Amino acid sequence: MMSNPTGRITQGQFSFLPALSDDEIRAQIDYGLAKGYAWSVEYTDDPHPRNTYWEMYGMPMFDLRDAAGVMLELQGCRAAFPQHYIRLMAFDSTRGIESIAMSFIVNRPAAEPGFMLQRQEVNGRTMRTTIAGYAAAKPEGERY
Amino acid sequence: MSTPCTVAEVLAQSQVEAVLAKLDAELVGLAPVKQRIRDIAALLVIDRLRAAHGLATSSPTLHMCFTGNPGTGKTTVAMRMAEILHALGYVRKGHLVAVTRDDLVGQYIGHTAPKTKELLKKAMGGVLFIDEAYYLYRPENERDYGQEAIEILLQVMENQRDDLVVILAGYADRMLTFFQSNPGLSSRIAHHIEFPDYAQGELLQIADQMLAESHYRFGPGARQAFEDYLGRRLRQPHFANARSVRNALERTRLRQASRLYAQRERVLDADTLATLEPADIRASRVFAQEQPA
Repeated sequence: MMSNPTGRITQGQFSFLPALSDDEIRAQIDYGLAKGYAWSVEYTDDPHPRNTYWEMYGMPMFDLRDAAGVMLELQGCRAAFPQHYIRLMAFDSTRGIESIAMSFIVNRPAAEPGFMLQRQEVNGRTMRTTIAGYAAAKPEGERY
Repeated sequence: MSTPCTVAEVLAQSQVEAVLAKLDAELVGLAPVKQRIRDIAALLVIDRLRAAHGLATSSPTLHMCFTGNPGTGKTTVAMRMAEILHALGYVRKGHLVAVTRDDLVGQYIGHTAPKTKELLKKAMGGVLFIDEAYYLYRPENERDYGQEAIEILLQVMENQRDDLVVILAGYADRMLTFFQSNPGLSSRIAHHIEFPDYAQGELLQIADQMLAESHYRFGPGARQAFEDYLGRRLRQPHFANARSVRNALERTRLRQASRLYAQRERVLDADTLATLEPADIRASRVFAQEQPA
């Protein structure tokens, strides 16, 4: 089980910790808001490490003051996609940074089969490796 | 922090008294408004004591509706309310988001819901103030998107009571028709607060405060002249309470400026520049109209 030691995908912050409770998520959001970040909610059922762009659930939320607004969107996304990966991202708009400052998964499917290491022989004995999610073999929307 | 047992102990641990004192000092008149804020503050204190005894405390519904004639201080109090509720611990952040119909209602199908939701999210943790709320509902156009905004508003007012306080404001008669056509909205608002018109003495006090804020003062006889002015102005139509006082003072400032401007060679000290003379006030149109009669 080298590619999936805990049976959980580890991407972004806090992913080696037990799942955050809603109160803990709220505290993280408040921390980001205090720093002036804009939060957004994204979801996907293809958590390949190179899949950078997940689907956006609504627009990024600028000018918020309280975590309740982000939590409202998160509850909406969880209700719509209970078996998808959902992550929260905080965008730092400071000039010169202008990129994602925080990102963590807040919802995951019940069972996460993880990734398979695929080996391909090319040009004689040269080896190429790549990974593919076991769940990714199924069509989009039926994966988890 | 030890568990409080008396009202005095709770008060000592909170800013409630300071908030109420500030309110009394800074706002003239408005007795029903102040009484309601005092009641809300009292509930908070008693809830703390109840919690200490393990009795159930549920967060109260704080959505409010301010009705009253123009210039009675609806907007001013709403601005203050966010600060007050924050100091009392009812809202977490204590900011105010002031909106009108244009900010909530979209221009095409599917535009309204995201627009309203975005504003509601911005207001969470604070107060959402909807000025001239009756414009949200346009009965003459059955396809008006205002209805959609009202429905989303209702849903959030009901479900996110801990996160958001909504204050609606408008003129009494038009708010009444608005509520008649939206009974659900009216019943979700716990506090319907009527803003009374100011008495003449209160208006004079307001004028004093406004002048002090902008570093002006009444010269000898000028306060009496302004009182005369108010007496006459009150009998005329379209009197807008504190707003009319503000406008009258603005015009008085203009006349004072013209008077001083005409005296080219005079050395003007700070005292002269800050003083309004009776002549500045008596030059008003209000006095001119009454003389021939």
